[in-house]
Amino acid sequence: MRSRIGVTHRCRRRERGGLQRRSQKNSTFFSLALLLFVASSAHAQVTFERIVNATKEPQNWMTYSGDYSGKRFSALDQINKGNAHSMVAKWVYQIGATGKLETTPLVVDGILYATGQDNRAFALDARTGRPIWMYQRQLPGDIRPCCGRVNRGLAILNGKVFLGTLDAHVIALDAKTGNVVWDRTAADYRTGHSFTVAPLAVKNQIVIGISGGEYGVRGFIDAYDADSGERKWRFYTVPGPGEPGHDTWQGDSWKVGGAPAWNTGTYDPATNQIFWPTGNPAPSNRGEGRAGDNLYSNSLLALNADTGKLDWYFQFTKHDEHDWDATQVPIMIDAGGKHLIAQADRNGFFYVLDRTNGKLISATAYGKQSWSDAKDKEGRPIANGQASPTLTGHTVCPGALGTTNFMAPTFDPQTGLFYVTARDQCDIFSTAPQPYEAGHAYYGSAYFPSEEAEPYLGFLKAIDPATGEIKQKFQHTSPTWSGALSTAGGLVFSGDAEGNFIAFEAASLKPLWHFQMGGAVYAAPMAFAVDGKEYVAIAAGSAVYAFGLP
Amino acid sequence: MTARNRRAAKQFARLVFIPVVISSALAQNPLAGNPKAAKAGEYEFRINCALCHGLGAKGGGRGPDLTRAQKKHAHNDVEMFQVISNGIPGTAMPANGTNGQGVGMTDEEIWQIVTYIRSQEVKASAKSTGNADHGRELFFGDANCSLCHMVEGKGGRLGPELTSVGASRTREAIIDSVRNPSRRLAWGLTEATKEFPQEYETVTVVTADGQQIKGVTLNEDSFSVQVMDSGEKIYLLEKDQLRSFQKNRESMMPRYNPDILSDKDLEDIVAFLVRVGAK
Repeated sequence: MRSRIGVTHRCRRRERGGLQRRSQKNSTFFSLALLLFVASSAHAQVTFERIVNATKEPQNWMTYSGDYSGKRFSALDQINKGNAHSMVAKWVYQIGATGKLETTPLVVDGILYATGQDNRAFALDARTGRPIWMYQRQLPGDIRPCCGRVNRGLAILNGKVFLGTLDAHVIALDAKTGNVVWDRTAADYRTGHSFTVAPLAVKNQIVIGISGGEYGVRGFIDAYDADSGERKWRFYTVPGPGEPGHDTWQGDSWKVGGAPAWNTGTYDPATNQIFWPTGNPAPSNRGEGRAGDNLYSNSLLALNADTGKLDWYFQFTKHDEHDWDATQVPIMIDAGGKHLIAQADRNGFFYVLDRTNGKLISATAYGKQSWSDAKDKEGRPIANGQASPTLTGHTVCPGALGTTNFMAPTFDPQTGLFYVTARDQCDIFSTAPQPYEAGHAYYGSAYFPSEEAEPYLGFLKAIDPATGEIKQKFQHTSPTWSGALSTAGGLVFSGDAEGNFIAFEAASLKPLWHFQMGGAVYAAPMAFAVDGKEYVAIAAGSAVYAFGLP
Repeated sequence: MTARNRRAAKQFARLVFIPVVISSALAQNPLAGNPKAAKAGEYEFRINCALCHGLGAKGGGRGPDLTRAQKKHAHNDVEMFQVISNGIPGTAMPANGTNGQGVGMTDEEIWQIVTYIRSQEVKASAKSTGNADHGRELFFGDANCSLCHMVEGKGGRLGPELTSVGASRTREAIIDSVRNPSRRLAWGLTEATKEFPQEYETVTVVTADGQQIKGVTLNEDSFSVQVMDSGEKIYLLEKDQLRSFQKNRESMMPRYNPDILSDKDLEDIVAFLVRVGAK
C-alpha cells in the first residue's frame, strides 16, 4: 500500500509555519512528478467525484462526516455486533501536547490525516499509526480561541489537505509532505476571529466557517479555490445595510453580531446546495441592545455552492440569550420520497426540515428544557417569558453547554435512527451590561451551575426522525463530549468523559465492548479499512486510537 | 558609538525589552487600585472565573472564596497573576485558556482580574470568634470529625481532606457543610472538575455472592466503581458482576444539628480549621 501511493518521505517536523515557496524550477519538476504519479496511481487523488460517491468506497473516510450527507455512517461490517466484544486496540498515536483533541481523522488509501492541538496536522500509516509527516503552524502568542486551542479536522481534495487555523488563516498542505502549498488570511485574529472547524471540500472549493461568537465578530462562511487559494465567495451570516434581514438587528449591533459558523455543514450534489449551521448572536447572554430576531444567528443556511447566495434559512432560536449555537451537523435524510434535513439542536429540540425549501416539518424536545412551552403557527418552539437571563441570574434548561453541542451525531440507515450525545443540565444564567471592545471577550454575562439543580446527566440517545420519539437511550456516568459513529455492522460507537470508547448494539444501545483510553473524549469516531481489515478510530486525551479485530 | 547609533540602540532596546516588561515579568500590578480596570476585570471574572469561584468571587461549587484577603496560593498581585496564568498543579485550577470553558485572557485582562479580586476583598476579614485550641480537641476528640476527615496528616480517609479548607472556604460555607452535609455533596459540575475523581456520593452495592457494601465512591465509570467503606476498605468492582448497585445523594456524613454540636463548639472547630489553613 505504501509503495503504491508513493509515500517515501521521512517524517519531518515542521518547526516553521507560514509559506514555504518553492522555486519555479522546483515547482515545474514537482508538477511533472505529480503528473507521472497521477498517471501511475489514480487512487491517491481525492476528487470531488470521489467524495460525492464516498459511500462506494467505505474503506476511506474522505470528509468530516464520512460523506456529504453528514450521516457519519460507515458501510463496513467486518466488525459487527457478533464479534465487537473481541475488539482490541491496534495502535495509539501520541501527539505529545496538552489540550483537547476534537479531530475526526480522514483516511484515504491507507493514509490517515488528522489534526492536533495548536494547529498540528499529521499523516500516519493507517495500519500502524506510524507518522509520515507532521506540520505545526507557528501561531502568534495572542490568538483568541474561545474554547481551547482545538481543531476538528481537515478537508482533502486533489492532493492537498486543508486546515483552518486559530489565527484565522486557511492553509493548503501537500498531502504527501505536509508542505504549505498556499496560505490565505481570512480575517484578523486580533479581533477574535479563528478557525476550529473542519473545512468542507465541494467541487474545487474549500468551504469554511469562522469562529469568534464570543468576541463579537461578524460571522461568515467562505469558499476558497482549492488550487490557488483565491477566495471565491463570502456569505456574511449577519446581513449588512440594505440586505434582507438587516432590520432584525438594533442600531449598529449587527457590526458585532456574532453568528459564527464553526461546525462543518453538509452538501447536496443533486441541488448544489450547502447546508451550513450558524452560532449565537453576540453578546451571547445579553439581548439588550440587539432587539430583533438577529438573523442569521442560530440558523441553518442553504447556500448555492457556486455563488454563496442564500437559498433559504431556518432560524432555530430567535434572539438567543443563552449561547445556544445551532452549530450542530445537519444530516440529510431521504425518506418516503421526501428530502429532509435533521438537526438535534443545542436548544433541546430535534428539528426535521424539508431541505428543498427550509420549511419545518417537526420539532420535538429530546432533552430537559424549560425555555419553551409553546410553538408558533409553523410549529417552531418559541420562548416563554421566563427564559431571559437576569442580573442576579436564574435557572434555565438546557444550560449554557446545551442539550448537545459540537459532538457529531450519526444517522444509521439500517435502524432508521438518529443518534446524538445529549446532556440534561440546567444553569443559572446572569447578564450584565458590557461594552464591546475589539478582541476582548464579549459575553455580556456569566453562567454558573445551580447548587439546587439535579446532577448533570449524559446520554447517547436514539431518535426516530419520523416521530421525534426517543427509541433508545444509554445513560453515561457523566455527560460526554464524544460524537457518534454508526456502521453497517449493526453498531454505534461513542466515547465518554471517563475515557471509555464503547461499541453499542445500534438497535438497543446495549454496550457490547469498551476500552479505557485514559483520557476524556471530545472527538467523534470514524471507520476505515486497509488491506481488507476494518478499523475504528477516535481521538481521546492527547492521542489517536485505532481499534480492530484481533 | 555615535549619537545616531545610540538613538538606534535605544530604540532597539525599547522594541525588544518593553513588550517583555509589560507582560508577566512585571514586578507589580500596573493596574493596582484602578477602578476602571477593576470594572473590566469584573466582566472577565464573570466569564472566566465565576463558574467555579461564584459571582462576586465569594466562592462557588468548586472554587475558593476569593474575597478573603489572605490567599493560599498568592501572597501578592504578581503571584496571583502567575496563578491565573499557569494554574495550580494538583488542583482543579487550570492554566489560563486551558479549561475549555472560558476564553484565554491577555496579560492585561489578567491584571484586570487581579485588580477586581483585590477590590472585592473584605479588608477586615470576618474573624472567627471561636477558640481554635478547643476546636482542635473537638475535631480529634468528641466531635468525631477525624474519624473520617484528615487534617495535617492525621485522621480518616472516608471524607475530604480538610487541611486547607479553612483557607479556601468561607466560615458560612464550612458551617453549612457541617449542618447540611448532603447539600453541597459534590458532583461533576463541569468536565473541568473531572480533576476531582472523588465525588463522595454514597453507594450501596450487593456483590454476586450476596455481600452488601456501603461506602463512598472513590471513582466510577460506566463499567466499574471503586468504593471505600466506613472501615476504609477499598473495593474494586465491575458493575456487571454486581447483583445491585445504588447511588444516592445523601452523604454518609451525619447531620451535625445544634443538639449534637452546639453553635459555640462548631465555631471553635471553624476557628481551628481557619488556623490550620492559614499556616
